[in-house]
Amino acid sequence: MDSVEALVAHVQALSGNPEEVSHLHSLLKQSEDSLRSQASRLLPFLEQLDPSKHSLGYLYLLEAYSSGPILREQASGYLLTVVEFINSCSAEQIRLTPDKFVSVCKSFKDQVMQLQVAIQGVAPLRTAIRKLQTSSEHLTTLHPDFLLLCLLSKCYKAALSILDDDIFEVDQPRDLFLYCYYGGMINIGLKRFHKALECLHNVVTAPMTALNAIAVEAFKKYILVSLIHNGQVPSFPKYTSATAQRNLKNYTQPYIDLANCYVTGKFSELETSIQTNIEKFQADNNLGLVKQVLSSLYKRNIQRLTQTYLTLSLQDIAGAVQLKTPREAEMHVLRMIQDGEIFATINQKDGMVSFHEDPEQYKTCEMIEHIDSSIQRLMGLSKKLSSIDEHISCDPAYLTKISRERQRFDFDDFDSVPHKFLQT
Amino acid sequence: MDGDDEGVAGPMGDEAMFLNGGDDGHQQQRGIKAAMGGEQMDVEAYASLYTGRTKVVRLLFIADRFGNDGIQLEALRLAYDEIKKGEDSRLYREVAGKIACRLGPQYALDQAWADAVARRAEQRKDKLDNELNVYRTNLIKESIRMGYNDLGDFYYAHGQLGDAFKNYVRTRDYCTTSKHIIQMCLNVILVSIELGQFLHVSNYVGKAEQTPESPDPITVAKLRCAAGLAYMEAKKYKLAARKFLETGPELGNNYTEVIAPQDVATYGGLCALASFDRTELKNKVIDNINFRNFLELVPEVRELIHDFYASRYASCLEYLENLKPNLLLDIHLHDHVGALYTQIRHKAIIQYTHPFISVDLHMMAGAFKTNVSGLEKELKALITDNQIQARIDSHNKILYARHADQRNATFQRVLLTGVEFERDVRAMLLRANLLKHEYNQRAPARKA
Repeated sequence: MDSVEALVAHVQALSGNPEEVSHLHSLLKQSEDSLRSQASRLLPFLEQLDPSKHSLGYLYLLEAYSSGPILREQASGYLLTVVEFINSCSAEQIRLTPDKFVSVCKSFKDQVMQLQVAIQGVAPLRTAIRKLQTSSEHLTTLHPDFLLLCLLSKCYKAALSILDDDIFEVDQPRDLFLYCYYGGMINIGLKRFHKALECLHNVVTAPMTALNAIAVEAFKKYILVSLIHNGQVPSFPKYTSATAQRNLKNYTQPYIDLANCYVTGKFSELETSIQTNIEKFQADNNLGLVKQVLSSLYKRNIQRLTQTYLTLSLQDIAGAVQLKTPREAEMHVLRMIQDGEIFATINQKDGMVSFHEDPEQYKTCEMIEHIDSSIQRLMGLSKKLSSIDEHISCDPAYLTKISRERQRFDFDDFDSVPHKFLQT
Repeated sequence: MDGDDEGVAGPMGDEAMFLNGGDDGHQQQRGIKAAMGGEQMDVEAYASLYTGRTKVVRLLFIADRFGNDGIQLEALRLAYDEIKKGEDSRLYREVAGKIACRLGPQYALDQAWADAVARRAEQRKDKLDNELNVYRTNLIKESIRMGYNDLGDFYYAHGQLGDAFKNYVRTRDYCTTSKHIIQMCLNVILVSIELGQFLHVSNYVGKAEQTPESPDPITVAKLRCAAGLAYMEAKKYKLAARKFLETGPELGNNYTEVIAPQDVATYGGLCALASFDRTELKNKVIDNINFRNFLELVPEVRELIHDFYASRYASCLEYLENLKPNLLLDIHLHDHVGALYTQIRHKAIIQYTHPFISVDLHMMAGAFKTNVSGLEKELKALITDNQIQARIDSHNKILYARHADQRNATFQRVLLTGVEFERDVRAMLLRANLLKHEYNQRAPARKA
């Protein structure tokens, strides 16, 4: 009892400047166990602390409290406390003990999910991520949780600000797997298929020594989204881990059959192939995507027609892509023209469609701006690349490995050795 | 041609001559017409082009293919006669079984003959084996080679091709001169073709061509034919065409146990049509004096090649259609007729459209003796394969050539490449980071 009060007093006294805070940090570490043992009684003490000034002490108490069981009637109060803390805490202080902060946020997330109010957790967790991460390229453990809440509450747009950051630094591989998987799902929800592909591609090709369920599920979605977006599934790039290359296909047979069927371009065959595996798709919660795959085949077949024909009657279009009536064909063509997927005009009098070439001439200001922004982005990226290259060539672990390798090679060809490693 | 035929067949059938002397004359009486001409196949004329085993095998092939009783029996009868000249009792029983007494008592199974042949074979085999053993103990290279060669010949004559192959290959270690090597190679090639193992064929053609002394022109021509066959079986029609076109006129009737000069013209002509472009066709086929000699033997093929080159596609395709039933009966070509025909047809269509900016589909359909919708389908397939750069105006039935806008295409490609590069680099950096992480995670474990 005394110790908690004394601790609170310490916290209040020692939160002024960085030296005091680090002293306080060591004090708090020592009393961690006693705090945990009194978890249930800690709530009143929190009120004596100011979350913005005494963030570190507040965090320790809050973490100890949340590690114990939280009663139902206290839950909403607890949520409020955490939200307030997240919003007002000082980023410098909480970064001293990121794991405590993460554990508070995790228990917060669990509570939100238990109470089925995922939407309440979206904004606080986004703030929490921003406070926790050292730069926007840093993937924290909170990222997947945040995306999960966005998914559950269907607030896909809220996730964009986080998803659009390029991630380069990763603490835990598992975080990355989940982050990319959820990110892929959110992008699918927003119909940003190329982004979704990027995310799922990262999961599938991530280095792994053992297969994991996330990768399997991601690969299933990857196949479907590739079909919708590109009309085919690319083979594994050579940097894919051997484990993934060898095993993924065994777990995703219905999807691979589907992809093989899709390539033939025959609508009825695809439909029967879907029907035979419909239970599996349903069990995987991918039926919606599978249906999108099916309807994308119409589009793809119509697009293919634009390559071969200048004019074609709606009747023939309907025949070629296996639509029942010219009317349906007209609807499809119309929609595709609206979406900018094909360039064509419909002549309703004769029932003819004339296909045109892409009218883009790459002369407009917008296009030039677009190109310029791409160039800028690529330049930034290549700067980053060379800095990382420099960094690696100074890395002691890398150098020892190189020198060890070098002994094995003749002196003549040692020059080629560093290149070999730079590429990986 | 007649005399030649008899001459080659003679030594093979020496021992069996006394049984079927009467039939022999009858067979050659009818003379030789153009083998490939006309709707109905003249089996006798066709058979007379070949000698040895291939004649029997080809006849049996025709018999198997034909539902038509008359031609089937005709083929079987000729095969029966031919086998009786040889010593292959197993094949004999098979053919006799197939005839199933439909040709009267003269062509029933002659059990006594078969048994006699089998008995003689047994004796001869023992004799050859003994001889070989003696040679081997004496370690005389040349004799051992001869021994194996005799055994190979023996097995070949009796239809045990696998054993024949083995024995011929064994002679290889005892070959001392390039002449021996070439003989060995030719033997192996012959057996391999019969066995349908064309990998061996090209293998041994290569070996034969590598001998230091250049072989005589006839052998060269034989090797070219064999190589051509091997390439054709591997569906490498262009290479096959080259080999057939290189075949010298010395071939004549010297390789009838494998291929007739008529075949060289047909195979070479069709493969060339299917795979060569216009200039090649002109330089290597039409202006090729050697090959012209072969083409004279099969005027239909000559005509269709000239028609193709002169863009008279309708008559070219007509010739092809007429040839088709007979080609399907060819033991080597039948598998490839379909593929070659589609390739030739596609080539014709591509060539037809090439010089035009716009083509009226009605006219084109007339030139190809087909209707507009069928032609449209073919064109569509070719455009989708990117073999014709054009688009169809299905409303007015006109084909318009398409000229890609280089500038736009370049812009498109550049932007795409940029996006891809960006994506790949980002993914790579991420992976690099993960790998680093794994390394960090392992490091403490190693210390402990």
